[in-house]
Amino acid sequence: MNTPRQRSLEIETPEGVVFRYQLATPALRALAWAVDVAALGTAAYVIGKAADSFGSLSTDWAGALSAVLFFLASIGYGIVLEWRWRGQTLGKRLLRLRVVDAQGLRLQFPQVALRNLLRLVDMLPLVYLVGGTASLLTRRCQRLGDLAANTVVAREPVFQEPDLEQIAPAKYNSLLAYPHLAARLRSLASPAAVGYAIQAATGRDNYAPAARLELFEDLAAYFQGLVQFPPAALEGLTDEQYVRSVLRVVMARPQ
Amino acid sequence: MIIDLPRFVAAERPYWDELHGLLSAMETAPERRMSLLEIQRLQYLYERCSADLSQIDSFATDSSLRAFLESLVSRAYSEIHETRAPLKFHWKRAMLAFPRAFRRHLGAFQLSVAVTLLGCAFGWFAIRQDPRAKAILMPFPGLGGSPAERVQKEESMKEDRLSGVKATFGAQLMTHNIQVTVLVFAMGLTWGFGTIIELFYNGVILGAVCADYIAAGQGTFLAGWLLPHGVVEIPAILLGGQAGFILAGALIGWGGRTSRAERLRAAAPDLFAIMAGAAVMLVWAGTMESFVSQYHQPAIPYSLKIAFGLCELTALTIFLGWAGRER
Repeated sequence: MNTPRQRSLEIETPEGVVFRYQLATPALRALAWAVDVAALGTAAYVIGKAADSFGSLSTDWAGALSAVLFFLASIGYGIVLEWRWRGQTLGKRLLRLRVVDAQGLRLQFPQVALRNLLRLVDMLPLVYLVGGTASLLTRRCQRLGDLAANTVVAREPVFQEPDLEQIAPAKYNSLLAYPHLAARLRSLASPAAVGYAIQAATGRDNYAPAARLELFEDLAAYFQGLVQFPPAALEGLTDEQYVRSVLRVVMARPQ
Repeated sequence: MIIDLPRFVAAERPYWDELHGLLSAMETAPERRMSLLEIQRLQYLYERCSADLSQIDSFATDSSLRAFLESLVSRAYSEIHETRAPLKFHWKRAMLAFPRAFRRHLGAFQLSVAVTLLGCAFGWFAIRQDPRAKAILMPFPGLGGSPAERVQKEESMKEDRLSGVKATFGAQLMTHNIQVTVLVFAMGLTWGFGTIIELFYNGVILGAVCADYIAAGQGTFLAGWLLPHGVVEIPAILLGGQAGFILAGALIGWGGRTSRAERLRAAAPDLFAIMAGAAVMLVWAGTMESFVSQYHQPAIPYSLKIAFGLCELTALTIFLGWAGRER
């Protein structure tokens, strides 16, 4: 594979809107699989106990029941859950992952069945060596079952409205005294950098003092590189205060 | 354009929540039919959220908001733009999908048969040329000894040796054979090489067993032992091979102008139908092997077992060859 691996899968709708699936990394998928293995282990224990209690009636039929149920559970676990929960098993649900069609269309039952049946090859020779290697080498982090079923595993984002009053309180903001520069900052700041700044401002109390200083210094340097405010606007502002003022400028228009 | 994010979120959030609710309802009850008004509303909300996404896409804003809107739009997109019919289970349609899929890919089945026959021929000649090869070609405890001794032992047996374990034995056979068939199919991912190896190896064992028993003059016992379950079990494995070759064909895509993803998408329903059909056949074969095949003359006359096996084969041939055929 000579094409670089993607972290997201971009799809353009006929209406011209572009959306992206954030692809799950092999490590995240391995964690989800560990949860699923634990769930299957619990199921096997329950099946064993149920078969034992049935054994007082007939040990032969109890053995048969146990073998068939365990087989059905191991093959059917992924198929049934991914079909009923639209691409999610217990592990994927906990880790906010979802199997989706690689063209962005609705996941079909044959796709779910295929990717789960082909798990048998992905698991070879042990602990998903084939599937893990495939997902490390393919552009869309797909194991062989995903390639055949035309599916990818995507992360499910959660949206929590940023609390502007917490991260950038509406006190006097010296940057707003220069509306033309503020407008320029809004248009130049990249979404990713703003995202990092929000994360830094939200979790500022969790950082070690030195790390906090360094983080805000880097962010401030980035934003100062975009737009140069006059020294009067920056007078007395620490890097952290500057970044929070920037967030207020970028995310909320002055009233 | 400059966006006032808090105001924008406050204004649009009710529409996002409404779309999220509508999609969640569709996802939890996919069989529910939506009214025309609901469909129109879904389309409107999808367009509105798409517009919101476009609006913030070029903006410096929180990346989690964009990711959230992308997730909403992608979910709505998959519901609105999907043209394939959702799965609705009808017994008759499901049963007929299997023979129809089988006939659509007859070439792959013939290849599967050819590879197995090649393996049979190899196993046959290997045993005929060197009977000592038995230990390598048939490394199974029941098949290692002399066929004549085994037949004599089985026919003189008074008690039921499977008494008390018949159901467990049948269940183990079913699960094991389904695993083998799924593996034969899944090996199609290796551009068919793995499927060829698996089918050839199965053929070698079958050919070696046949050669061993026929050379020992135990052809009738062999037919009575294998036919009741083998006429269903062996075709099921061949069907696994057929599915493996279809998969390999879709991966390779000789001469076609469609993309690999499109070929695999087109093959998926047939692959599923064939594998589901093969799994049902193997449940039947496991039951027959446990409850019929292991009982020999005088318990069940060989003629009856052979006749039963031939009846099964005829029924299977008629089903796969003619069921669901358009007139």
